Amino acid sequence: MHEALGARFTEFAGWLMPVQYTGAIEEHLAVRTAAGLFDVSHMGRLEVRGRDALLLVQKVTCNDAARLRDHQVQYSALTTERGTFVDDLTVYRFREDHFLLCVNAANREKDLQWIRRHRENEEAEVYDVSDQMAQLALQGPAAAEILQPLTDVQLDHIRFYWFEQGEVAGVSALISRTGYTGEDGFELYIPAASAEWVWNRLLDAGQSAGMKPCGLAARNTLRLEARLLLYGHDMDETTTVWEADLGWIVKLEKGDFIGREALRRQKEEGLRRKLVGFDVLDRVPAREGYPVLIRGHVVGQVTSGSYAPFLRKNIGLTYLPIEYTAIGTRFHIRVREREVEAEVVPTPFYKRPR
Amino acid sequence: MATYPEDCLYTREHEWIRVEDDVGVIGITDYAQEALGDIVYVELPSVGDHFSQGEPFGNVESVKAVSELYMPVSGEVVEINEDLAESPQLVNEDPYGDGWMVKIALSDPTELETLMSASEYEEYVKEEREKEK
Repeated sequence: MHEALGARFTEFAGWLMPVQYTGAIEEHLAVRTAAGLFDVSHMGRLEVRGRDALLLVQKVTCNDAARLRDHQVQYSALTTERGTFVDDLTVYRFREDHFLLCVNAANREKDLQWIRRHRENEEAEVYDVSDQMAQLALQGPAAAEILQPLTDVQLDHIRFYWFEQGEVAGVSALISRTGYTGEDGFELYIPAASAEWVWNRLLDAGQSAGMKPCGLAARNTLRLEARLLLYGHDMDETTTVWEADLGWIVKLEKGDFIGREALRRQKEEGLRRKLVGFDVLDRVPAREGYPVLIRGHVVGQVTSGSYAPFLRKNIGLTYLPIEYTAIGTRFHIRVREREVEAEVVPTPFYKRPR
Repeated sequence: MATYPEDCLYTREHEWIRVEDDVGVIGITDYAQEALGDIVYVELPSVGDHFSQGEPFGNVESVKAVSELYMPVSGEVVEINEDLAESPQLVNEDPYGDGWMVKIALSDPTELETLMSASEYEEYVKEEREKEK
């Protein structure tokens, strides 16, 4: 279906993924001003089922899953004993004995094995249900008005980070008000066999509102403007949740979980480095992997960096020694043979108007 | 559909050159700009820089990637397109016109014979596209 729309493809975590359809910037701007439709079926989807499902989720994640009510969603992380990231994920609670975990494509098997390995007496099982489902993301200020005529679910009753079950274009779907773009919008989990049908119905429904099919390139620049982190780039098993500046998903008081002791200790001792957002004070984009310098010494590298199509400037993320993380701090980035100046700025770079 | 102006010569790296009185205007082809996607930055050399044939002389950056630019023939840079600093999207909008990159004084015009004509380049692009599939 994507090829018919003129998409260009790339290989990603074993999936053939569309990089762009009409153009990365056009797609990016469509999501900020109207809507965009993404096929994100590559994401991993794990189910945790059983009497002790909540206990198992609590044990392997750092956020407090006990605070979730039925049909609520939470951003969280699977943490190692060192308080670093096995993965970041969203946790969906159906009931106390049934959760869905949406994880990164490349980590699907690792996460499954990790959770299974840390299950002891809990009466709960983990299943990889990724292949049974497709996942579409409809994102942007016009998302609700585009989706509403296609579903029996009253969308204005679904609050941000909640979900409902219903039908979309006659197909049973989990409709969650979540996304990876910094905009309002929905993610639809549907049976894999119905993916093309629902995709096409949504494309038709969104056309008059200016909705565009969007690829991986726009997905990346949108998430970066909203300072949503990308696993394997902005954080991984070498960076702790505090260092990634995601302290709001660490709930030390919730009870024991893997990595709690390390995270408690690091909080006490203080951080030596932290992920910051920066503006490049130059027209040249500072890309992932470019060396970051303070007073002529390389202290790290850019973890994500791009031209930001909506903000029309070059932005990025990098880990800096803690004494250089204050807003307004200047440092340098080596771009080929040049050293360009950059400045630590408040994040998110982009916040949607409410 | 990509275009291939008859008055240009072409490289295998998808640059074009249009020569008048031993001065060559250089840019990237319609096929190249389309393949790169939205261009957000063009890094050009300075006037007076010398390059030999095939040598990298700058970079063009799209949202996703950085690509090197290669000199179609040897020469000295006599002018660069200053407008690309403000408006790199000119390369997408008008690759053979306002999106030109540098002008060079050719040091060895016989090198032009190594380049492809419009029809040869069109054939070459067709083969490249086949390989993609």
